[in-house]
Amino acid sequence: MSDIEAIRDKYLKQIETASDGDALEAIRLAALGKKGEISLLLKTLGQMTPEERQEQGPKINGARQAVADALTSRKEAMETAALDAKLATEKLDLTLPAPTAPKGSIHPVSQVMDELAEIFADLGFSVATGPEIEDDWHNFTALNIPDTHPARAMHDTFYFPPESATSDDSGMPKLLRTHTSPVQIRTMMDVAKKTDGAGEPIYLIAPGRTYRSDSDATHTPMFHQVEGLVIDKNIHMGHLKWTLETFVRAFFERDDIELRLRPSYFPFTEPSAEVDVGFSVEQGRRIIGGDPRGDNGGWMEILGSGMVHPNVIRNCGLDPDIWQGFAFGCGIDRLAMLKYGMDDLRAFFDGDLRWADHYGFDALDVPTLSGGVGA
Amino acid sequence: MKFSLSWLKAHLDTDASLTEITDKLTDIGLELEGIENPADALRPFRVAKVIEAGPHPNADKLQLLKVADGGAEPWQVVCGAPNAKAGMIGVFGPPGTYIPGSDFTLKPARIRDVESFGMMCSYRELELGDDHDGIIELPESAASKVGTSYADYAQIDDPVFDVSITPNRQDCMGVRGIARDLAAAGIGTLKSLSDAYRGANLDIPRAGAGPDVRTEDPGGCPAFYARTVSGVSNGSAPDWMQRHLKSAGQKPISLLVDITNFVMLDLGRPLHVYDIAKLNGGLVARKAKAGERLTALNDKEYILDETMTVIADEKGAHDIGGIMGGAETGAQPETTEVLIECAYFTPENIARTGQKLLLTSDARQRFERGVDPAFLDDGLAIATWLITEHCGGTPSEVTRAGTPPVEQRTVAYDPAQCLALGGLDVAPDRQKAILEALGFAIADDWTITVPTWRRDVSGWQDIVEEIVRIEGLDNIPSTPLPRKPGVAKPTASPEQLAERKARRTAAARGLNEVVNWSFISEKEAAPFGGGTWSLANPISEDLKAMRPSMLPGLIAAAKRNSARGASSIRLFEVGRRYLESSEHPTIGLVLTGEKTARGWQGRAASKFDAYDAKAEVLAILEAAGAPVDKLMDFGEAGNAYHPGQSGTLRLGPKKILAAYGALHPSVTKALGLKGTAVGAEIFLDAIPLKKKSGHMRDAFAPPALQSVTRDFAFIVDADLPAGDLVRTVKGADKKLITDARIFDLFEGPSVGEGKKSLAVEVMLQPVEATLTEEDLKALSDKVVASAGKLGAELRG
Repeated sequence: MSDIEAIRDKYLKQIETASDGDALEAIRLAALGKKGEISLLLKTLGQMTPEERQEQGPKINGARQAVADALTSRKEAMETAALDAKLATEKLDLTLPAPTAPKGSIHPVSQVMDELAEIFADLGFSVATGPEIEDDWHNFTALNIPDTHPARAMHDTFYFPPESATSDDSGMPKLLRTHTSPVQIRTMMDVAKKTDGAGEPIYLIAPGRTYRSDSDATHTPMFHQVEGLVIDKNIHMGHLKWTLETFVRAFFERDDIELRLRPSYFPFTEPSAEVDVGFSVEQGRRIIGGDPRGDNGGWMEILGSGMVHPNVIRNCGLDPDIWQGFAFGCGIDRLAMLKYGMDDLRAFFDGDLRWADHYGFDALDVPTLSGGVGA
Repeated sequence: MKFSLSWLKAHLDTDASLTEITDKLTDIGLELEGIENPADALRPFRVAKVIEAGPHPNADKLQLLKVADGGAEPWQVVCGAPNAKAGMIGVFGPPGTYIPGSDFTLKPARIRDVESFGMMCSYRELELGDDHDGIIELPESAASKVGTSYADYAQIDDPVFDVSITPNRQDCMGVRGIARDLAAAGIGTLKSLSDAYRGANLDIPRAGAGPDVRTEDPGGCPAFYARTVSGVSNGSAPDWMQRHLKSAGQKPISLLVDITNFVMLDLGRPLHVYDIAKLNGGLVARKAKAGERLTALNDKEYILDETMTVIADEKGAHDIGGIMGGAETGAQPETTEVLIECAYFTPENIARTGQKLLLTSDARQRFERGVDPAFLDDGLAIATWLITEHCGGTPSEVTRAGTPPVEQRTVAYDPAQCLALGGLDVAPDRQKAILEALGFAIADDWTITVPTWRRDVSGWQDIVEEIVRIEGLDNIPSTPLPRKPGVAKPTASPEQLAERKARRTAAARGLNEVVNWSFISEKEAAPFGGGTWSLANPISEDLKAMRPSMLPGLIAAAKRNSARGASSIRLFEVGRRYLESSEHPTIGLVLTGEKTARGWQGRAASKFDAYDAKAEVLAILEAAGAPVDKLMDFGEAGNAYHPGQSGTLRLGPKKILAAYGALHPSVTKALGLKGTAVGAEIFLDAIPLKKKSGHMRDAFAPPALQSVTRDFAFIVDADLPAGDLVRTVKGADKKLITDARIFDLFEGPSVGEGKKSLAVEVMLQPVEATLTEEDLKALSDKVVASAGKLGAELRG
C-alpha cells in the first residue's frame, strides 16, 4: 500500500467514526482545506516529471475524490438521522378532530329548477321570468278568462287593495299571479312587438313563485310552478305528448314511465288535457315509473296542458291562423317531492336546517346532461 | 255531479260493465272522482219479522223479541225501540254485523242478564236517514221478503258515480248530457227523451190562459216562460225519484220541490215553483232596487243592488233570478196552486250577482255556465207532466215572455284540422259520426252547426277537441319536436346565470338555502321601511305584506332553528323584494350563533361579526360578476342594522350593490331572535352585467420580473377609515403598485391619544427593469407623501 492510499484510508476511517458535523468539518479542513494533507499532495504534482505525474496524479486525485464523497455521504447520513430523531418527537394524535368548514346546501326547489332548465335546454327551450305582482289582464283576461268566467272561481286569488288598480281596462286591483302563465303572455307580446306582429317561434319554460289563497296539509299559499310554452308552425298535440314524455322521463331518469292524457278544460287551451303519470311501488315506496296496472300501481295527476287557445294567441298580437302551439304547467314543489321523497310540503318553507341537511343538495351538485340531472 | 247507475240507464241503453263505464267517463273528460255503492255496507242486513215481543224481565224500557230472518231458528233480541211490536217487519243485523251509523260490530251480549243476538235497526243506524225514533218499520207487503237482503229489497244496490264536470260542460250538469257523451263514445245508445220519460205524454190537456209574467230586464232575463197548475196536492216524491235525488246527494223535501230538483239534475234545466196563494198579482223579471232585501230559501237575507235580476210581484222580489228562490213564496206541503218558472238568465249577470252575494246554488252553477236556450218549452213540459202525473191538477197554457237567445252557431271546419291540431289522424266518416252522436249537424261542405246546449263550442279548435276526446287522447302518437339546426346556444339569460353562480357560491361557502314566504306581517315589515304592497285578502295577518327586505323572513327562520337547538346558523335566500316601483331579485343572508365551535386546540367558540357578513357579500358579489375591486365602502345600510357596524358597497355614490352588517339588536329582538346576528342583502339587479363578446380573453404573459413587497407603518387619527389609507397608498404610484393591504392594527398609549397605527404591505411589480435601491427609495417617498395627505405619519 502506498502512502497515498494510507492517507486516504486514514481519513475515510476518521469520517466513518466522526460524531457530528463539527468533527466532519475538522476532517475536511485537515484533508482538503487549503493546507490540508491531500491538498498539499496535489500541489506536489506540479514539480513532478511527466512520468511521475502520470503515475501519481490519478492516485492523489482519486484519494481527494474518495474523501470528498465520503464527507458528503456521511454528512447526508447525519442530517437524515438528525431529522428522523426530530420527527420522532413530533407525533400527533390524528384521531383528534380536524378543523371543519361549514357545510352549505341548495334548496330542493332551486335544484329542481336547475334540473328543469337543463332538461329543457336540451330541447331548445329557454327560461323566462316575469313579475309576481301582476295585473288582472295578464293573469286572467289575456288568458281567455273574463271576469265572469266560472274558471275564476278555480283560482283563489290574492288581491291588493282597489287603489292598486292599473290602467288596464278591467279597473281590477293588482294581484299575485296565480300561475306563471302571465310570463307566457308577456313573452308572446314582446315577440309580437319585436316582429311587428309577424311572430317567430317561441320555446320557453317559465318557473317561479305563484300564489293562491289556499292553506292546508297539501297546499301552501305560496308555491312554485313551471310552465312550458311552444309557439311555432305545425305544432300539434302529438308534439305536446312527446315533449311531456321526454321531460318526465328525463326528470325522473327512467324510461319506463307511462303518461296518460285525459281531456279536461282550461280556458287558455283548446283542446286541453290533464296528464297522469304512472307509478308503482318499489321497496315499499311509491315511485314514478314501473307498471301502473300492477299491484299497488296507479296513476297520479301531475300536469295540466293543451294547445294554446287561439284567443290567447290573438290577445298577444299574433295571428292564430299562422302560429299555434302548446302549453303545460306543473308544480315544482310537487315534482321535487315525487322525485326525492319528501312527504310534507310545508317543510319546504320552514327553513329547518335539519331538513336542509337531509334533503338539500351540495353546491357542486350542478345538474348537467353528462352527469345526470338528478343529484 | 253525483248520480246512480240506474239513473244513467234511464237515458242510456247499455250492457257495458261498470268498469267500462267508469274508464270511459274519465277518457272522454268527465273525470270520475269516485264510485260508491251504498249497498256495500248493507249486505248483511236482512228483512226480518218480529214474531214475539214481550217485556224484559229486568228492565221496564226494554223488550224481549223473537226475530225470524229466514234462518232455521229465530233470534232472541233485546230491543229498546218504543215501536217494536209483534208482527212488525223490520231490518235485522245478525251477530257479527258492522253497524255503519253507530260504528261498531254486533256481538252476542247479555243485557240486564238476558242474552241478546243481533239488532233490529233504525234508518240512522244504516246511514239511510236521520230517523232514530224507532226501528225501521216496513210495510206488510214486505212479509213475503223475510230473509232476503235489505239492500235488494229496498233497491239500493245501485252504484253512485261522482263525476267532476269542468266549467265548460254545462250540458253534463244533467244526467242526460253525460249519457249523450257516453253514447257518442260507444257506451250504448242514447234513448229518446220520450223513452227516457217512459210514458210521458207531453201533450197535456190545458185549461185557461197562461199566467201574467213578463220580463222588464231583457239583459239579465231575456226569456221568462211560465204556466200554472191548479188543484195539485203536494206530498212525497215517488220512491224512484227519492232514490235518484239521494244518489245525487239531495235530500227529498216535498214532491213539488223534488220535481224541480229532479228536472234540473236530470236535464240540466233549473226551474222554480211558486205557491200562487202567496203571490200578489203577476210576476215580472226586473232589476232589483238598490238595497232591496230578500230572504232566500236558505233562510239568509240578501241585500240586492240594481245590477241584479229578481223575479217580483207587486209587493216585492221573490226570487234572486236564476240563483235562489225566496223563502216566503216557495211550494209548501199545503200548496194547491203553483206557477212554474222556466226562464233563461244571462250567464255573466248570474256570475256577477253570485260573486257579489257570495251565494252559490245548483241553479247558479248551471245558469252561469249557460243552460240550453232552446230547451225552455221541453223543460217546462216535462216538469208540468211530472207535476200532473204525481200531484194531479190541471195546467194552464204557457206564457212566453221574451225570447231566449237561441243562435244557430256554425263553424267552418276541415277534417284535416284534426290531425293538424290534435295530432290524431281520424277518418272523416268517423269524425262525422262522433260529431253527430254529440248532436252536431254537418253539412256537405263540412260547415258544422253546433247544438244549442254546447255554448262552449265556437271555433274549429273546439271541434277538434270533441273528436280527439271521444276518439281517445291515448291514441295520439307521440311526435318529436323539430330539432333546431346548429349547435346548442345558452338558453339561460346572463341574469339567470349570475343568480345561479351566486346561489351555488353561497352554498359552497357553507350557507344553507331556505325559501321563505314572500309575504310577512306588517309589523315585521315596519323596520324595513314597511311594505308597499299589502294584500286585501291575506290568509292571515302574518302573511299580509309583500316583503320589502329578505331579512325578516331569514331572521324568523334563524329564530326557529335556534329554538330547535341549532348552534351555528348560516341561512340565505334568493328571492325578490317588492318595492313600490318593481320587484327586485335579491340574495339575503343571516349568520347567527357560533361562527366556530369551541375546539380542543384551545379555541373558544367565536361569534359572527360584521366582517363575516362583508366577506360573504364580497364572495357572492364576485360570483355574480360584480367588479369587486371597484367597489366603494359607504355607510347608510339602513335602520335594520347596527348604526356603527354596518355599511354598503357601491359602484359610485348612488349605485348600491349590497348592504351588510350586524343587525340592529332591537330588530332581532322584535323578531324573537336571541343573541347577536349579522346579515346582508345583495341587490342582484344592481350588478352591472359584463358584456360578453366572444370567448377570447385579453392577451396576457406573466411578468418576467419578480414582484417585491415593502411594509409601512403609519400613525393616523383613530377615526380615519383604513380603506382610505389603503386607497391613497395604492394611488401613490399606479404603475408600480399592484396592491396594498392592512396587516396590522394597533391602538395604545405608545401611539398616542386619539391615534392608531396601521401597517400596510405594499406589493410592487417592476415592469421594465429590476428595482434599484434608488427606485425603492423614490417609491417609499411617494407612499409616505400620499399618506401624509391623510395626516398619516410614518411610525418611527
